[in-house]
Amino acid sequence: MATKLVVDCSTGVTTEIELTAEEITQREADAAAYAVAEAEREAEATAKAEAKASAVAKLAALGLTEGEVAALLA
Amino acid sequence: MAVTHTLIQTVTVTASGGAANIEFTSIPQTYKDLLFVVSGRATTDNPTLYTYFNNDTTASNYVFKAINGDGASASASGTTQAWFMRVTPSSATASSFSNGVMYIPNYTGSTIKSVGVNSVTENNGTTGYTQWNAGLWSGTAAITSIKLDPYGTDFAQYSSASLYGIKNS
Repeated sequence: MATKLVVDCSTGVTTEIELTAEEITQREADAAAYAVAEAEREAEATAKAEAKASAVAKLAALGLTEGEVAALLA
Repeated sequence: MAVTHTLIQTVTVTASGGAANIEFTSIPQTYKDLLFVVSGRATTDNPTLYTYFNNDTTASNYVFKAINGDGASASASGTTQAWFMRVTPSSATASSFSNGVMYIPNYTGSTIKSVGVNSVTENNGTTGYTQWNAGLWSGTAAITSIKLDPYGTDFAQYSSASLYGIKNS
């Protein structure tokens, strides 16, 4: 059973408490939401990297040197 | 002007299964500022650590702007969430923990609360992540409790958090 730690600063007592059903449901929803957000972030990063590689290839095809392309992207 | 740090409480996750979150309650109202030091690791591959004040979990009441770096590139981020700090995800170097420091000035005041945060994680000596956050909680009540909540995951065993009170005299 998942638990949480509650530290009472007025007494110095730390208590380990089992999560409520509501808290467990929320935690599962948070985990699912993170997975979705992370998948979106990775897809966006991949698309951005692919677009950059495509742009570099097109610039090279136009005759720009590697140094010139790097200067443009800096 | 002397600045004094007083340890209010510290806690370490001792259970092998970890802890879903850590909450400090009944925070004394006798200091000027608070300082949080967190050494954390998540039980899943998720570095997100939320910080809730006074059990207010409404995302729109929080906002942050962050500068992020991983040793290869830098980026900026920000949204209306209480994601003020990062912890080491489970895929990173075994037994390594994040370092995070959060400064909370004027926590007993009646204005909205700003926080300044720095947190870092490391991965097998090849990648290091750093995140600097400027955060805001729109609540105007004095802060009496703080919850550190790994978003959708748990603190791993041996994660720890320490809360300090700071006086300006």
